[in-house]
Amino acid sequence: MYKIAKENLTALFQLMAAERDIYAPVNNGGQVNFEAWAEGAEVDLDTLKSVKSPKDAFFPQSENLYTCYRDGKKITIQPEELRHEDFVVFGMKACDVKGVEVLDKVFLSEPVDTFYAARRAHGTIVALACHEPEETCFCKVFGIDCAEPVADVATWMVEGELYWKALTEKGEALTKAVASLLTETDDAKVEAEKTAIRAIVEKLPYSNLSLEGWNGDALTEKFESPIWEDLYKPCLACGTCTFVCPTCQCYDIKDYDTGHGVQRYRCWDSCMYSDFTMMAHGNNRTSQMQRFRQRFMHKLVYFPANNDSMYSCVGCGRCVEKCPASLNIVKVIKAFENQGGDR
Amino acid sequence: MQELINRAKELLANGTVARVLGWKAGDLPYNPEPAFFTTAEELENFVYNGFCGANLSKYMIAASKLEGKTMVCLKPCDSYSFNQLIKEHRVDREKAYIVGVGCMGKLSIEKVKELGIKGVTAVSGAEMADGAETLTFQTLYGEKSCAYSDAMLERCHVCKGKEHVIYDELIGESKDTKDAERFAEVEKIEAMSPAEKFAFFQKELSKCIRCNACRNVCPACSCRKCVFDSTKFDSDQKANVDSFEEKMFHVIRAFHVAGRCTDCGECSRVCPQGIPLHLFNRKFIKDINELYGDFQAGADAETKGPLTNFTFDDAEPSIVTNR
Ligand code: SF4
Ligand code: SF4
Ligand code: SF4
Ligand code: SF4
Repeated sequence: MYKIAKENLTALFQLMAAERDIYAPVNNGGQVNFEAWAEGAEVDLDTLKSVKSPKDAFFPQSENLYTCYRDGKKITIQPEELRHEDFVVFGMKACDVKGVEVLDKVFLSEPVDTFYAARRAHGTIVALACHEPEETCFCKVFGIDCAEPVADVATWMVEGELYWKALTEKGEALTKAVASLLTETDDAKVEAEKTAIRAIVEKLPYSNLSLEGWNGDALTEKFESPIWEDLYKPCLACGTCTFVCPTCQCYDIKDYDTGHGVQRYRCWDSCMYSDFTMMAHGNNRTSQMQRFRQRFMHKLVYFPANNDSMYSCVGCGRCVEKCPASLNIVKVIKAFENQGGDR
Repeated sequence: MQELINRAKELLANGTVARVLGWKAGDLPYNPEPAFFTTAEELENFVYNGFCGANLSKYMIAASKLEGKTMVCLKPCDSYSFNQLIKEHRVDREKAYIVGVGCMGKLSIEKVKELGIKGVTAVSGAEMADGAETLTFQTLYGEKSCAYSDAMLERCHVCKGKEHVIYDELIGESKDTKDAERFAEVEKIEAMSPAEKFAFFQKELSKCIRCNACRNVCPACSCRKCVFDSTKFDSDQKANVDSFEEKMFHVIRAFHVAGRCTDCGECSRVCPQGIPLHLFNRKFIKDINELYGDFQAGADAETKGPLTNFTFDDAEPSIVTNR
């Protein structure tokens, strides 16, 4: 176990940045999001949740795949380069790290998504324990311990000092690179911090949410439940929930006409949108009820069915905070529970 | 609140309305959601308190197509949106039984968090009957409090007034919450140099994640299919490839709602990135007021808007170069 004083974090960032890019929670005009760190950036490690999850670091909201150039009758195709420089994502929370594990299931299983795989290979995750969990958090429900994040490096902020513990080879390598700024220490303070965090987690209003009845085998009964017809009604179909979510993974592939060629890019999609999975014959989900149902069925039924019972919600609570109509996955789970919802 | 529930039950029971559109208690003290109620039993979950900021007018577009009347609860500012929707033939007046509900200023949990109050598990002072000056929060990290007005939505600081502009009956008292000038922020930006203005909007709009919450909540954005959702349009509604796209989206949207935006404040309320979207719309409103005389969209359901009505006194195009 090592530590570094909070005042020295800028020096730590400078040292890390010498060899690699850094993504860290940065305050831009009052909103905290993971952004590429640059000298002078206002790093904010106190705000618990970034507005958007840090999944952009591995799966950006939009990225070019290749570009076609037309020159008379000649067409050349230039694929986008894969990520080949190392980078660090600093300050990810335990739920968001678990979110990356969910994305791994999708993008690293055959056929492997090379763009994503390259970023995963070059990225080192420095996770930060959640000093003060909030009422919207329910990571515990998914077996996540926010007091002890599992990543390449785990860190804890205790009384103005950042405690640092490498957990993987990548983590060891990064630790070596910044060793000049770290001092060795015992883990007494960290143990106390973990106990304090876990005591708060016990008190969180959603910590005892029951997922009973939600699993890969529940497909037909959940899908056909009349509850959805009620639940979806306030939904504005805005997609905010999907864009802030660390595990939403759907994307669209589109062409941008550059005038002298085509830029093929992909961008996040949202099951809440009317053109989601639009095909030549039209759309297989024709109502907002169906689109709304898709989001929760995917996270709580389809995903576990295909991924050894792993849910694709990590309880980060972002959708709980950001939905303009105050709808969210917790309300869906509770509605099924309360209405005896065809469990 | 009980009065509202009783009245709703009565209107359901005597067949005046087929359903009630209001707010349903959430599972946290601050997250009620818009909801339709069809039975007295369901109405037990009806709630109306300081956190019921959501403007229900837009839901009436869908409700207008249903069988029978809908009792809809509208706050004074929401009633402007409803009028505007009547003017645009998007809602059916005959299908609505409008209960104008009182308003003490609506609260924003985001504002509460900005004050450093987090981990909220209970709130007191947010009930309508309280008329409280102070809010008290029980949090995971101890008891906290703040002034009611410090937790209010931006729009309530520039409140259009306590009057409902359309209703069938009124229930509940309203309070004057206005404590700022509606156009003060716009004037500050007008005073900036072009480079400063550009930098200001660049910084704000660069936060946009293109989630469309602002558009989808907006009562003026009632097109059945938005041009930005078209698959044949080169600016994608879900990509934020570069800051040009964000600006294009917001500028087009601002132009499209100009003269129709009632300044209901929903866009700024819902933006997950806290972008002050009301500034765009208010700039248009201010310009319209200056060029065509004071005009408030939604003040009634008949008057033609200055931008959709030609008169010989209209501003000439040369205004662009003269200003
Ligand atoms: S569904 Fe909601 S709580 Fe679950 S991971 Fe996504 S944003 Fe977080
Ligand atoms: S954020 Fe809420 S309103 Fe928007 S699409 Fe998601 S559930 Fe619907
Ligand atoms: S633009 Fe904003 S303030 Fe104007 S009507 Fe739409 S949501 Fe309301
Ligand atoms: S609500 Fe905010 S983040 Fe979402 S599209 Fe509108 S301005 Fe952008």
